[in-house]
Parts: sequence; structure tokens; C-alpha cells
Amino acid sequence: MSSNTDFEPKIIAFVCNWCTYAGADLTGTSRLKYATNVKIVRFPCTGRIDFLLLLKSFAQGADGVIVSGCHPNDCHYTSGNFHARRRWIAFRSILDLMGVDIRRIQYSWVSAAEGSKWADLVNNTVADIRALGPYAEYQKVADYLEKEGYNEEA
Amino acid sequence: MKKLRDRAAELLSQGVVSLVIGYEEGTKRPRPLFCRNSEGAEKLIFDSHCFHNLAVYITKKELVGKERFAVTAPISTLRSIMQLYVENQLSEEKLLVITVDLSGELREFTTFDEIAAYVAQFELKRGEREQEILSKIEGMTREERWKFWMEEMSHCFKCYACRSACPLCYCSKCVVEVNRPQWINPWPAPLANMEWHINRAMHMVGRCTACGACGDACPVGIPVDLITRKMMEDLAPEFGYVPGQPAKQGNALSSWKLDDREQFIR
Amino acid sequence: METKYINKSGIEQWFNAIVSSGKRVFAPVNSRGQVDFKPVKKLSEVADEYIQTTQSIKASVYPKAEVLFSYEKVNGKVNLTDFDPESVAETVLWKVHPCDAAGFKPLSAIFNWDTADKLHNAHLVKTSVISFSCAAADESCFCTSVNGSPGNTAGSDIQLTMLPDGGAIAEILTFKGETLVALMPNVFEADKGEKKEKYLVDLPTRFNLEEVNAKLNKAFNSTVWKEQSERCLGCGACAFVCPTCACFDIQEDAHGSKGRRIRCWDACGFAMFTLHTSGHNPREHQSQRWRQRILHKFSYMPERLSVVGCTGCGRCSRACPVDMNILEHITSIAKQ
Repeated sequence: MSSNTDFEPKIIAFVCNWCTYAGADLTGTSRLKYATNVKIVRFPCTGRIDFLLLLKSFAQGADGVIVSGCHPNDCHYTSGNFHARRRWIAFRSILDLMGVDIRRIQYSWVSAAEGSKWADLVNNTVADIRALGPYAEYQKVADYLEKEGYNEEA
Repeated sequence: MKKLRDRAAELLSQGVVSLVIGYEEGTKRPRPLFCRNSEGAEKLIFDSHCFHNLAVYITKKELVGKERFAVTAPISTLRSIMQLYVENQLSEEKLLVITVDLSGELREFTTFDEIAAYVAQFELKRGEREQEILSKIEGMTREERWKFWMEEMSHCFKCYACRSACPLCYCSKCVVEVNRPQWINPWPAPLANMEWHINRAMHMVGRCTACGACGDACPVGIPVDLITRKMMEDLAPEFGYVPGQPAKQGNALSSWKLDDREQFIR
Repeated sequence: METKYINKSGIEQWFNAIVSSGKRVFAPVNSRGQVDFKPVKKLSEVADEYIQTTQSIKASVYPKAEVLFSYEKVNGKVNLTDFDPESVAETVLWKVHPCDAAGFKPLSAIFNWDTADKLHNAHLVKTSVISFSCAAADESCFCTSVNGSPGNTAGSDIQLTMLPDGGAIAEILTFKGETLVALMPNVFEADKGEKKEKYLVDLPTRFNLEEVNAKLNKAFNSTVWKEQSERCLGCGACAFVCPTCACFDIQEDAHGSKGRRIRCWDACGFAMFTLHTSGHNPREHQSQRWRQRILHKFSYMPERLSVVGCTGCGRCSRACPVDMNILEHITSIAKQ
């Protein structure tokens, strides 16, 4: 799967307003170049990112997901990122049990001052997902209904 | 059995409680019974085949009313009662809990501390069935797990028996009924079914007491209880709770520790 | 209607001929500890030792979820794609129990009571039913109490009654049945005069339908509904395994400027089913929903559609997590 040269991964990034979004902004104003495969969705806080959004991204065609917010102790709302971290631990455990490819979800802390970290994060994630290839396994199931006859197996 | 019937009849006739929720003989196995008089109490049974989790009824207001009531509870039900109590869904004044202990003696609990002490004696272990399926799943590769669950999920027709049978699914409005926007597709299709089950598991983090009621209720035989069970086993050491014991330190997802694991965070 | 004999190897040859004719064949298959209808290619895949499949065959003519139409907005113009009846594949249902085949009539009565339902009818036209009469039953079965029988041919195109020699009495009942026979006519031999009744399970009547109906007509305000439904959890297991339950929901699967409208199964036992936008719910309590389920099947349908909404397959009783046994409940109403 490493020779996916034509494959451009689609990546959705769920980021918090106060740290990572500002960090990504800094990447731009610092004129740092990074992969263009990422679409950013801004949230007030990582604590506000519903786990189901990550799954919805895959269902709608994303090959990878980035979730990023403030470093521990830096949350604008004091503990939003701590709650988020707990949720991710639980979510990863359940997804792994269900056989969802958790390598496709990259969690990170990127502060407002870490413009270059954001660029690295995106570049590394794109490289990882490129190596993994398209997440066809998930998308195949997403439009199952159209192929469904009576109780036919996938 | 006779002791239980007599005591239930006594509680009802003396007006200590207005309702006793217990078990009666069913057509294939014991089933829930609601007795409101001593006549009904004659039908009560309690043995190792009584494994419906009756705690599912005790949060239903239209059923239990405003007066004090009693419930007969095997160990799995006691665990659920404790979790419901931790979540502030029950009050000691309203509920009398009755069990039959290993020596066959009737025991009544009027405080939740007594239940906690009693429950603490019993370790939560995997049964034969759970062990068999879980060790099979644990031996699979990720791709195999995905195939396994997708096959299982293709059988789900969203009757929500798993939700209905769970004592801890007491929300008056479930996430699948939130339709502005519709979070999870309401029609049965493997992915929407899986989203539902992942959601259910996420909502059970640190709460599931592994009673198995959801898996038992599933009419198409999906081992849904093992999703929450495995999750609970895996996360218990992480979040510092003991499987089957009430999470007194607060709900796993509404509390946190400074040193929660984060090797996976880049 | 014609009766023939078909021997053991003839059955297999005929089955193979049906498969190779290109039709989809669904039959009961034992997998994951459950017997349910699945697409099959070989006779050896078909389950043998079982009383009843977990789910009914209703999904073959009323899928769990089906696209009514899809739409897309392109340059300000809306393109509609309607359901295409031609998209439904020719289907043969093999080894259907008489109680399942009998379920097609009430199901169609609901789907065609005022407007003919294009989707359901399209499936119905393309579906042929080969039923097997029942040589065994369990304590949940009660077809004989609801105008059925282990050898009931209603809804079947062909009915086979298995004989001890591995062959079968074949009753060819409809034109569709004749078409299936025509795929391999030489395996159908002349009737040997065996009496079918000899090979059917003896299932005594458990209640009198007229009596139940008369009782139900006066039972709307009875306390029986609350008594019976106390333990009901309000899930949809009974409705979804039922061969005649037809409650559905219409849902939108919208993605930006395109989407589809989907009809999927729903159940009158769900609290959400009758919930109004205002927040008012005419069937607020589980007892009212239980009453609706029973009255709909045993009172409203016979009255308005001239067909009983229950075929006595007993699936709801088997599927119920808390043993809401329909036979027991109906019998107790009849005795009141």
C-alpha cells in the first residue's frame, strides 16, 4: 500500500479555537508551507468535539482525521482538553474493538505559538495516511443501502 | 421461596411498600412480575434462572409511582442499582431492595451502603459465553474484527431492545431520537447500526455493570453486551474503577486526572 | 391446482435449476446460532433442524429500508429519480412456512388499502413462494387459532410436504408455481395418492378467534392492557420479527443539494412512533401502545381489511426479551 502515488488523502482536522486554530493561523502568517490535504473545522474547545463527528468524517469520504487542541493546563476553559483526552482514550478503545482503523485518527496538542508543529503534524499525518491508502473499507460500508437487496451480506 | 413470598405479602399488606417487582415463572424462563397484593406475591420466585435485570423498571416513573416499592435483585441487578444510585437516580427512602444470598437466606437492604458492602464480596468474572466470544475477538487482527462486527451489524434491525433492556439507558430522549440534525441514520444499515452501537458504548463508559441484559435482549443474537463489557474491562484500570463496583469517584467521562494516558497524542 | 410427487434427488435437481435460471433464491440458513433467510446457491446450505426462523420473510416484499426516490439539484434544476419497479430482481423464497406465506395477504392489504403501494407490489410481483408444510411446531406456534394450519397453502405458489422417503408431495397452486415447475418438469412425477394431512403436525386450536374479536370490541378501556404490558420494555423486537407488522417511517438522507427519501421499518410500540411535533403523544403510555398492537391485529384489521393481522407464527413471543407471550395474552383476553 506504500506506492499510492496518485492517492491524495482527504483529511479533516477538528481543532480548538484558542490554540490549534491560532497555531494553524501562525503557520500561514509565518509562510510555512505544508500539505494542502487538510480541511479545518474550528470548534470552541476540544471538549466540544463530539466523537461521532470523527466517524461521520470517514463516512463522508475522509481518509484521515486530525483532532487537536491546547496543551494540558492551557485550556481556555480550564479543563476542556482534559475531558476530551478522557473521551479519546475511551473512544479509541471502543473503535479498536470494533475494528475501525485508529491509526487514521491523529490526536495532538498544538498551541497558538506552535506554527511549525502544526505544519509538521499535517505533513506527517498526510504521509502516514498516504502509506495506509484510501479508507475504502469504511466508505464501502457507508453507502451500503444502495447495494442492499434483501438481507444480503456486504 | 416461601420466605420471599411471605415477606412480600407482609410488606404489601402492611403497606410498607405498594409494589414488589420480582420474578414469576414464564413460558420458557422466569420473567418480571409486578405484584401489588398478597395474591400476586404467591407467584414470586427467585432462583439462579432469574437473570432479567429488574433495575430497568425502577427508573420508570409511570410504573413505580410515587410510593415506596421493593425489588428483588440478584447480584447483577444489585450492581445496576448501585450505579443508578451513584448517578442520583434513586433514593433510599423510596426503594427497598431484597435479595436471596448464597445460603438461601432473605436479605433486605434499606441503605445503599449495605448494598455496596454486599456487592463488594462478588468479583465480576467473565462467564463461559463471554470468555469464548471475547477470546475469539481478542485473537483477531483489526481487519478481522471489522469484518466480524460488520457481519454482526448487518443483522441489527434497530429494534433498540438493547437500549430498552438496559437499566442505565434511562434518558427520556435518546441520542438516536435527536433529529435536528439527525445524528445517526434511523434506518437499519450496517454503518448506521455500528454508529448506534459505538454511541451506546461511549455513553456506557465507566457506567456499564456488565449485567448482559442488552445482549440477552437482542432478538437477532448480536453479542452487543460484549462491546460494553470489553470496553469496561479495558478502561477500568485506566480510569481507576473496579468492574462491577459503583463508580464512586464520579462518571468516567465527566471527571479526569492530570496524568491520564496520552502516549497516543502527538 | 395440481398435485405431483417429486423424489429426493428430483428436489435437488429442481432447486439447482431454479438457481441457474438466474433468480435470487432465499432460504433459511443456520449461521451464528440463528436460522434466518439468506441468499443461497446450494441446497446443502439450507437449514434442516429448526422450528422457526428468527425473522419472518416479510423483508423480501417490504425491505428494512428502501429508497422511495432520490433527487439532485444541478444548475437550478431538480432531477428526480423515482423507484424503478424493474430494479427488483426475480426472487424465489424456498422453504417458507405456511404462516409466513399467509403473512403476505395482511401485509398487502395494508399496503394497498387506499393507494396501491408501488414498491411493495413490485416486490410481490417478482416473488415466488415455495412453502414447506410443517411437520413440527413448538409451544409458541398457534396458526390453527388464526385461520391458518400447518398445511395452509394461502400465499404459496407451490407447497411441498416432505415424505419419509426424502421426496415430497408438491402442490402446484398458481401460475408462478407452474413457471417454476417448467424449469425442470421431468422431475415431477404423478401423484402417488399420499395424504398430506398424515405428515402435518397436530396443532390444536388455542383460542376462538370470533370470541377474542367480540371481547376486544368491548375492551378498549379495560385494565387488561396495563396489567399485560407492565413488563413490556417498549422495544421493537416483536414488530420487526412479525410477518405482518407494516409500520414504517419516512426519512430523508440529505447531503447538500442531493439526497434520497427512505422508507424504513418502525414500530407502534416505540414511544416516538406517535409523538407529535407539539410534544403531545396520543399514545403516551406503554399500555396504550400494547393495546394498539393487539387491537390492530385482532380487531381493526379484520374489521377494515377483512383479514386477521396475525398468522400465529409465534415469533414475537420467541423474540421478546421479557416474555410478552402473545398466545398467553390473547388466551387470557378470550377467557375474560
